[in-house]
Formats: sequence, structure tokens, C-alpha cells
Amino acid sequence: MTDQPMSQWPSAGEFVIPVREGPERVRITIDDREVEVPNGELLIRAAQDHSVYIPRFCWHERMKPVGMCRMCLVEIDGMRGLQIACATPVYDGMVVHTQKDNVRKAQDGVLEFLLINHPLDCPVCDRGGECPLQDQTLAFGPGESRFVEEKRHFEKPIDISDLVVLDRERCIQCGRCTRFAAEIAGEPLIDFGGRGELTEVITYPDDPFTSYFSGNTVQICPVGALTARPYRFKARPWDLTTSETSCVTCAIQCRGAIQSSSNQLVRLLGVDSEPVNQGWLCDKGRFAYEWVHGEGRVREPMVRQEGQLVETTWPLALDAAADGLRRVLETHGPESIAVIGGAHGTNEDAYAWARFAKGVLRTDNVDAQLGDGLPAPVVIGMPRARIADLDHAAAIVLLAPDLKEELPVLYLRVRRAAEELGVPLIDISARDHGLTRHARAVVRHLPGSAGEAAAEAVAKIDELSAGRTGDVVVVLGRPSLAEAPEATVHAASVLAQRSGVRFLSALRRGNVHGALDLGLAPGFLPGRVTLGAGREHYSNVWGAAPTASGLDTEGILRAATEGSIHALVLLGADPLADFPDRALVRSALEHVDFVIAVDAFTNASNRNANVFLPVTVWGEKSGSTTNLEGRVQRVAQEVTPEGTPMPDWRIAGELALRFDADFDLETVPELQDEIGKVVPAYTGIGASLLSRARDGVVAPVAEHHELLVLDAAALPLTGASWEPIRPGTIASEEGLASHLGTGVVESSGTGSSTTVKPGLTEVEAPAAPPEEAAALGQAARAAGAELPELHAWDGQAEPPSPEPRDAYALRLVVGRNLYDSGRGTAGSPSLAPLAPPPVVLVHRADRDRIGVPDDGQVRLTSSRGTVILPVRADAAVPQGVAFLAFDAHEPGAADLIDIESPVTDLRVETLR
Amino acid sequence: MAETRIVTKRLRDHPDDSWTIDRYLQTGGYEALRKALTMTPEQIGEEQVKASGLRGRGGAGFGTGQKWSFLPKDVYPRYLAVNADEGEPSTFKDHMLVERDPHQLIEGVVISAFAIECHQAFIYLRGEFALGAERMERALAEAAERGFIGKNILGSGFDLDVVLHRGAGAYIAGDETGLLSSLEGERAMPRIKPPFPAVQGLFAKPTVVNNVETLSTIPYIIERGGEWYASLGVGKSTGTRVFSVSGHVERPGNYEVELGTSFRELIEGLAGGVPGGRQLKFFIPGGASSPWLVPEHLDAPTDMDYVQNELKSMLGSGAIMVFDQTTNPVQVAWRIAKFFAHESCGKCTPCREGSTWMEKVLYRMANGMGRPDDLDLLLDFGDNIVPGLNAPFAQTTICALGPSTMSPVVSLDRYFRDEVLQMIGAPAASAVEST
Repeated sequence: MTDQPMSQWPSAGEFVIPVREGPERVRITIDDREVEVPNGELLIRAAQDHSVYIPRFCWHERMKPVGMCRMCLVEIDGMRGLQIACATPVYDGMVVHTQKDNVRKAQDGVLEFLLINHPLDCPVCDRGGECPLQDQTLAFGPGESRFVEEKRHFEKPIDISDLVVLDRERCIQCGRCTRFAAEIAGEPLIDFGGRGELTEVITYPDDPFTSYFSGNTVQICPVGALTARPYRFKARPWDLTTSETSCVTCAIQCRGAIQSSSNQLVRLLGVDSEPVNQGWLCDKGRFAYEWVHGEGRVREPMVRQEGQLVETTWPLALDAAADGLRRVLETHGPESIAVIGGAHGTNEDAYAWARFAKGVLRTDNVDAQLGDGLPAPVVIGMPRARIADLDHAAAIVLLAPDLKEELPVLYLRVRRAAEELGVPLIDISARDHGLTRHARAVVRHLPGSAGEAAAEAVAKIDELSAGRTGDVVVVLGRPSLAEAPEATVHAASVLAQRSGVRFLSALRRGNVHGALDLGLAPGFLPGRVTLGAGREHYSNVWGAAPTASGLDTEGILRAATEGSIHALVLLGADPLADFPDRALVRSALEHVDFVIAVDAFTNASNRNANVFLPVTVWGEKSGSTTNLEGRVQRVAQEVTPEGTPMPDWRIAGELALRFDADFDLETVPELQDEIGKVVPAYTGIGASLLSRARDGVVAPVAEHHELLVLDAAALPLTGASWEPIRPGTIASEEGLASHLGTGVVESSGTGSSTTVKPGLTEVEAPAAPPEEAAALGQAARAAGAELPELHAWDGQAEPPSPEPRDAYALRLVVGRNLYDSGRGTAGSPSLAPLAPPPVVLVHRADRDRIGVPDDGQVRLTSSRGTVILPVRADAAVPQGVAFLAFDAHEPGAADLIDIESPVTDLRVETLR
Repeated sequence: MAETRIVTKRLRDHPDDSWTIDRYLQTGGYEALRKALTMTPEQIGEEQVKASGLRGRGGAGFGTGQKWSFLPKDVYPRYLAVNADEGEPSTFKDHMLVERDPHQLIEGVVISAFAIECHQAFIYLRGEFALGAERMERALAEAAERGFIGKNILGSGFDLDVVLHRGAGAYIAGDETGLLSSLEGERAMPRIKPPFPAVQGLFAKPTVVNNVETLSTIPYIIERGGEWYASLGVGKSTGTRVFSVSGHVERPGNYEVELGTSFRELIEGLAGGVPGGRQLKFFIPGGASSPWLVPEHLDAPTDMDYVQNELKSMLGSGAIMVFDQTTNPVQVAWRIAKFFAHESCGKCTPCREGSTWMEKVLYRMANGMGRPDDLDLLLDFGDNIVPGLNAPFAQTTICALGPSTMSPVVSLDRYFRDEVLQMIGAPAASAVEST
């Protein structure tokens, strides 16, 4: 899991458990069996690696040993009494007994102690059936109780956060939750209170446990003391089915296990993937499955008739969509068609849509980003770092939005690197954010001048990384939506001049990296190749490719306003909610003749669509996605959708068919195999490899085969294929049934399905030898040699030239809050109330200068518009700057941001 | 029989002003410090303190010089923490030493800090010692004013800052690592060892934790030599100790005697014996956590090793509690168990749950609700806190508080089993045998 033994994990104040000197690997004897383990590894873990399970409650693989539950007592020859295996490092020649009578008696005794005050309300406890206390009592504990006194009582349950409730009677005081909060989340907001028998987990009256990570405490609680409101009393563990998948709420794509009961998603658990999320999830990711079953899902295709969207059949809807596109194509040519969106789908969706748009319609006006990211040539072509590189980086540079708000689990990783692994953190930002307090150097700048700040940061990097090995990892995102991306790109180019600098993308939207990689970007074809480099290849494979480079979303909207875009496909996109300039979107939508919505919900942008094609969403479809480091992992289907929604990729295929292009791709594995064959950066990443790669595959595999961990045997790939719906099909009841039969929904067989038991570690399947991964890498390299060359960013950029800020204005910074008006929050009843109301944050001195109390209404005027919003003093905002969270609410930031200007300055006036 | 007064001499000779700087200087105060500053750290630690055989006076009785020698070479900064969190029931010697002779402790602290090359010392004072805090604070100000602490002490170039930290009322803060956690601003919860404080203590830096009485002794060892100190006492229990004698005696109080003095001399001699012509029933030799002794042990010497190895008890904090014939031993066991159950920090399962369980069972037993097999139940689950139920303790907990809980129960079983069973109404073991 890590390259150092767990006893040497530094902890607060750098405590480490001393380790006896010895060879790197030592031989120890556990219950008369000699095994070889790394010197200094904690005994509990060394034993587990050799299939000896020593019972435990407080010890957790991702946290430092605390030795308080005393469950893991074992006998070690030469040591007095019994020792706790969780805090004892192994040494050469150690002889351990885990099964002797005195050990069994002590373990039995600890369980008896734990149970005397435990309410034993297992029949009504959510944890019953998957409870480590239950399991270990069965395996190691006494059969009956000798305790005849009154048990301890507490009021219960009590809320410890907005999402988590605590039953203090069930609590066994293992401190996993309190240590998680302090050690992992860096938010020591829950702690022990009281003493002895009345020891309880408490929150502080003035400082509530408002953590974005509180759900993790529920998952690691070894009893049912902590439960999450969304799952409480929803299901019994033995009624759940489980699929391993990735969370696609943001672009980290944490590994998780999605569980359902009665065809309803009820819980997402974190799965420990060392290179990605190390077991953790943020609360938004953990609980945002609720939106899948949320209000307003469109379940049947619709077409506009007499001004109204009315439900129809798939054949009619598909025909209507194709006819509309064909009319525009014939009248105005490919350049008059545009596709916006695609970042919420799978890679297979993105590839199929890229192939349809670019290979069939031959338009390059395709963009998965909504004007809130960075230019595709930079994201696709920058020298990349991986998430795990953060752990050993020479330095980490933040040129990104607030990771705590936008990519929470990446925040945990950066925080750990900075706080525990000693990696110097340098923050280039316009205001304080979640990681600022962990930074060794902070370079402040006004929006628009990030480049100068970056030049200053380079000196800091040199100073702080002196003597350290590894690359400098720049976490690169769009720090502010009110600042044109040119400033950030220029700053990145300054940093890129330094040798040993690599970039980790901080674009946040679910599968945006997969969408860009697979061709949903203007000027690019699937596989990180430019239109110029890839045109010939794809013309051969697809039969056609765009001739001219197209427009990005901003360009598309502008062209639409000017009347040169006539058909628009909204591929799971809601630009009115997400694009930084709302007026431009509104005007564009008014001008477009024909809009196709490919979405699961109606929204402000697609409400007036001519055709609505409903899609399956996360949890309802299988496939693969690519995270911000370029790691391709699989997502699984766990439930069957109501109605007849289709996966996006199939809709692309159906539409292509109506343009006489038969993709002949009828299952997800077939799509994956085509991607693995023809898409340059994804060469070799076909269905078979994806099904065997334990931690996914980092693209391109030719460069990263050393990261592959392959399971020896491939999981079986099953999945029904679908019969295409031929154009012009008569939509009779019978005809429809024959087409939509069983084939319309894929089976779940393409996702790997495992039972994940929280708290207990599974014995892993044997891995294939590393030579096989090397061979795969070599094969991919050989195959790739025949394909177009990958695009590389040249690292050159011109600085923008913002107007100097006038002394009375405030320069606007716009970022996002984790809980916002997006579908993940607003569509999930548990999360929706957590979204904060809109407020403009300014420095106290600026608020006083404006002359209003906190939360007083002010009039904000930019070159783009005027809005009235409350203002509040905030310690994180420097003077001269105003922060406003981006959100779909009106009025909001999208009514102020001037996308034509490098920066947006605000005049602020009281309402008098 | 008279006391051998070393650390209590000044406060006995000058009861009205022993705590003032003037009196301290007038009675030879800070002379040992002047002498120590002319020595090397090795000369103090290795040659004098180690040779004196001085063992910690807090309870565990670990060799002081040896403890200092565990500090890793060349790792700085180092810290010295003074354990003045005297909380063991019936122990009141440090209380007196802090209140009545604060400068003596300060002098010991400065010499010891110099010997272990430390420039930052902390005095962790029990929160309830209000007068002690007031006097210690003033003494520190006076010492600073006169150049005994602070920068360039007495022109030697040695710097030492001393911080007075008052506790917040947790018995467990008297445990070495619990004290360090508390000093760091956390809950006073003991932490796993290793790492030991000498290697990674306060803020993960090498730290020595010494008791008030231990450090108060240091100036005299420097002044008169380790050999002189070692000539006092018996065996490996060298020097004198201040015993707090309380309970059913005529003259309860602190008595400083050479180690090896018999319990009889302390209880019947110095403390005047059990009043009212009543008989001694049992006594607790080393604070509430030590197993009890009975009249047949009165002539045993106050020798740490003898008490531990021969009597299966311990001299602990040097607090002798005396109980006469009118005492119900179960009542005493319950009261002690109640203390430990209340003070258990809650970290280790066996102590947190076991101590309360024990208290609840003893409460029943002491109040006419006992069950015949209650004592055996206590011994059986107590064995899961202290496997073997014997001193020296083997324990399933981090610190010694959990095992301490068992001492009264073990003592009931050793000396009062028949009485307990009779009280509960169960047939006594002897009665069972005779039928």
C-alpha cells in the first residue's frame, strides 16, 4: 500500500514508533508459521498480509495506531504480558502467538468489556449484519453476559453533523471517527468528552462538525454508533446488492461500492484505491446518488408538437432528431451544427458522440467544457502528473480553485502531503481557501496577474524544494470564473519553463477528462490528437472527419447569437446554469432553430428543445470514465432505470444509423475494444484490460504500464447487445415491444461486482506477474506507433493585459461551493438544504467602506450587468477583492462576469 | 524514633516563612546550583545522581539517573516536565513541598535541566493546589529576578525557562504520558509506549518527567554527594522518603524517614498508632493503587523491592492509609474502585468498562445486595485487566490506572475472603470445607 512500514507513518508532532534495526525484510513466526515481512511493519498488518486476522476495533489501515481498544492483544516471546499488535513493529526473529489460551482469554475479556454497556439492539441497528462488533463477538467473544447491572444510558440519537447522527449507547469509544476528523480531514471538530464509562463523542457547542467528509466516520465506525441520515433504516445489509464503481460527482472519480435494494440506490461506500482516494469519499459524492431517483426525471422520449414537449416513442423521436439535423446540415452545412456537453457521460458515450458529430455530421463545433474550464490544448497536452505523485513531490503548487470545495478528496491528499509527508506547498491565489493554512508559501495576486505571481512562485519553489527529489506538481485549474483562462494559462506557461514541472488537472466536472480525451473538444479527435494530426487516420476509420477546426462553447454561443449555428445538441449540458455569462447563453438559445436535448432531466437550457432524448445515468449504466490524472476506470450498472431511457452512446449510434453510418457497436465492451484499437492515447485499453486492471489503467498505457496491477483472471464479460431501431420504423405497440425487449437495457455484467464489507479487509485475489503488464505496454507502444502522434502543449502563452483596477472597485473572484445549485446537490434531498445562500464576501475594511452591516443588500455593477445581493465580511478575502460563489440562482455571478474582459471589476453601492 | 529530614528540614525548622526567597537563601539555598554550574552534565547525572541510587518518588520507583541516561544523544531541544499533579488518594507530600518549599523544587529543576541539557522546563501543578500555585508563581518570579532561572543563569551561560502549568483536575494527568498530552493541550490520555518520553515525549521531543520530591532531593545530592545519599536507606532503596500517613492514627501527617524504616515505626511510632485502643485491621502501603497489607506485615521494612517481591504490594507514592477494626473492607474497596472508575480516562476498554463494572459490583456487595459468586466474578474479569492478578503487574491497558483498580479486590481475596463471603451471606470457604 505504501512504500514505508506503517509504524513509520509520521503523526502529529512527528511521533513514530521506534523500529529495531535489521534487514529490510525480516522473518517472523506467527503461530508456528514462519513468514517474511518488511522490517518495522506493524504486526497486525504483517499478520493480515499472511492471512492471520488479529481482531481489532480502533486500528484502521489509513490512520495511525492509537492502541486503545486493546482487542489485538497477542503474546510475543520475550515480552512481559500481552502486546497490542496494532502498535508493535515486527523485528527479525519475532515469535508471535495469536491463538494461545491466554491470548484468547484476553481477547474474550475485551469483548466482554465492550459488550457490557452495549445495548445489543442489533435487530434495529443499521449495522446489524455487517457489524465488526457482531462479527468479532461471534469469532472471538464470549457466548453469554455476566453483567447484571444497569447499562449506561444516554439520550439518543443526537445529530453530530447535518448528515450524521450518533448513538452514544452503541459507541465503543474506539476513536476512529475523532481521529479521522483530526488526522485525515484536518478538522478536529469531534472529540471525546467525559471520562471513564461516561466517555462520549462530543461536538463543540460553538464549532459544529460541519465537515465535507463526515460520511467517512459512518463508514469506518465499527458499530452502529454513527449512522447517516440518508441511509438510516433504509435497508438491511443482507438485502443489498453491490457493484464496485467510481463516483463521478467530480473528476477525481473516487472508487466506491454502490449498493441498492429493491432497485433503488441506497448507499455508496468508499473503496480503498491507493492511487486514487485511499478509501475516502466526500459527503457530496457519498450521498449524491439520491438525484438518480430524484424528481423530474424524463423517462420517455419527447418531441415538440404545437409548442409542447409530448412523450413519444423512440423511433419517432430518433427520426425527428435526425430529420432536424439533416435539414440544417443540408441547408447550412456541418459548421452550423454544434454539440455542447458530454462531461457527465462515460468514455463510451463521449467516443460515440465524437464519432457521430465529427465522423458523421463532420462538425468540429463540439465542446464538453462550458466556458468554465481551461483551453483544451492545454488540458490535453500538458505534461501530466498523477495523484500519487503528490505524496512525494518536490513541491506542490496550487494554481487552482479551492480544492476543498471543488475536488474535496484531492484536498485530503494534498493536505496529507503537506502536513504529514512534508511536501512543501505553494499557493498562488487571489484569496485564502481550504489549503492556504497548509501552504509554506502563499503568493497573493489580483485576478488577471497570475503570471507575475507565478514568476514569484518559481523562486519560492526553488527555495522550498531544495534538496528534494521528485517532480514539482502544479495543480492546475480555473481559479476564478471571473478571470479569463488566459491569465491562468500564462501563469502555467511561466511555471512550465522550470524543469521538472508536471501538471495535475483540477477541472472538476465528472468525466470532463474522458470527454476531452475521446474527442469532445474543438480541434481534437479522440485520443489526444489534433484535428490536423488525426484527420487522415479517422477518415480511414470512420469514413469522414471535419475539414475545419471548430468552436468552443463560448464561440458556439456567440456564433449562435450571430445566427450561424442552426442546430444545437445539449449533451447533458445546462449552459444557463453553468456558463459564466448567462445573457450570452440566453441570446444563443433564442437564436438556434433546432435543439436536441440528450439528458435525464429538463432544465432551464433544454426546456425549449425540439426533441428530448432521455438517457440513463450513473448507477444505471456501465462503462468507463477517465479521471483528472488520466486514469481509466470502470463504472457499473447497479439498478435498472424506470421507463425507456438509453445510454448516450446508443443514441449516437441510432442517430448515425439515420445518416447511413452503422457503427456496428452494440455493447459497451465492443465500444471499449474499438477505443482500445483506434484511439491513440487509449491504445490497448480495451474491455479485457479494463476488466482486469485492479486500479484502472492510466492512459496512455504504453507510458504507464508499470502502474498496472492485473488480476490473474479476467472477470467474465457479459452483456446483451441491442438490436438497432431501423429508421422509419412504424411505432406500433407490438413493433416497439419487439425492438425494446430485453435488449434495451444492458445487463450489469460488465461492471466488476464484489461484496464490500466495511471494516473487514478481504483477502485479495492473486495478481498477475508484472511482466504481463510490461508486455501489454510494449504491445500498446507498437500499436500506437502506427497511429497519429499525441498532442503536446508547447508551454507558450501570452500574458493577458487587464486594465488596472480603479481604487473604488472590487475585483471579482468567482469559485464554486461544494454544495451548490447543481443536480448533485439540488436533486438530492439530503444535500439540498446544505447549499449556502448567495452572498458576496469582502474584506472587513471594504465592507465598512461600503457602509453596510453584514448581510446588508448592495448593488453590484459590472461592465456586464447589475445585481442586488447581500454582502458579508470574510477573513479569507483580501482588500480590493470580492468573492461570489458560482451558482445557477438569479441574480448571480453569471449576470456579472464579463467574459470578453480578462477580469471583472465591480462597483458596489448601497441601496439608498 | 525520629525523622531524617532532608527535603522537609527547612519547612519544619521555619514553618512561618520557609517558602520565601530570603529564608531559602539564608538556609543555604541555591548554593547547590552554584556548585552544579561548575560541574559538567555528566558529573551531575552519571557521577552523582546515578551514584546516589535515587529512585523516582512518584510511584514507579524508576532510577532517576538511569531515566536521564535514556535521552538520545544529540537530539534537541529536550524538555523537563515536573510532575506536580499529585492526585493519588491519601498522598499529600508534594502538596506540602510545593507550598512550603517552592525554591527547593526550583533549584532541583535548574540543576536537573542543566544536567540533561534542557532549556525549557514545565511544572505541571495539580489544579486544586491554589496556594501552591500562588507560592510557586511568586517563587519563580523571585528566582528569575535573582538570576536563578532565565538567561545566563548565575553568569554560567546556561539558560532555562520554567513554565508553571496548572492542571484541570484529572487524576490521569499524573501519568507520565497523560501529563505530556495535557501539556500539549489535549485530553490527558496516556499514549502508547514506545516511543517512551525520553525519546519522543513532549511535542515529540526527548523529555524527562520527574516527581516533585525526586527533584527536590537533587540539590542535596549535589551539595553532599551521591555517595552520601546512597549511604542512607536500605538496599536499592536509598535515601529518605516522605511518607503521608493517614486514616485511623493519632497523628496523621507527612514523615520523612530513611527508607527501610519499618511500617510499625511509621504507623505506631511517628503517627502514634491507632487511637482509642482499637486494633489495626489493615493498611495500604503506597497509595490507593497498592494492594493492602495486614498487621503481620508491620515489621516489614519500607524497602521498595521487599514490598514488591515479598509482600506483592508496592511502596508507590509513599502514602500509608491505616484502617482499624471497625472498618468494613468491602466498603473501602468500593470507595477506592469508585475513585478509579471516576478517573479512568476512557481510552482503554478494559479500564474504562472494567473499573465501572467493578465499582457497581462492589457497591452491591457493600450494600447488602451481594451475590455468592461476586468476588470470584470480580477476580475473573479483573484477570482480563491484570492477567495473573499479581505485582509486578502485567496489564492489558496502556497505563497503570486499570490495574490499580484491581488492588482492593485482590486484597479482599487475599486477606478477607471469609469475611466478605460471610457478609454476603454465602457459606465461607472454611465452612464449606468442614461440612
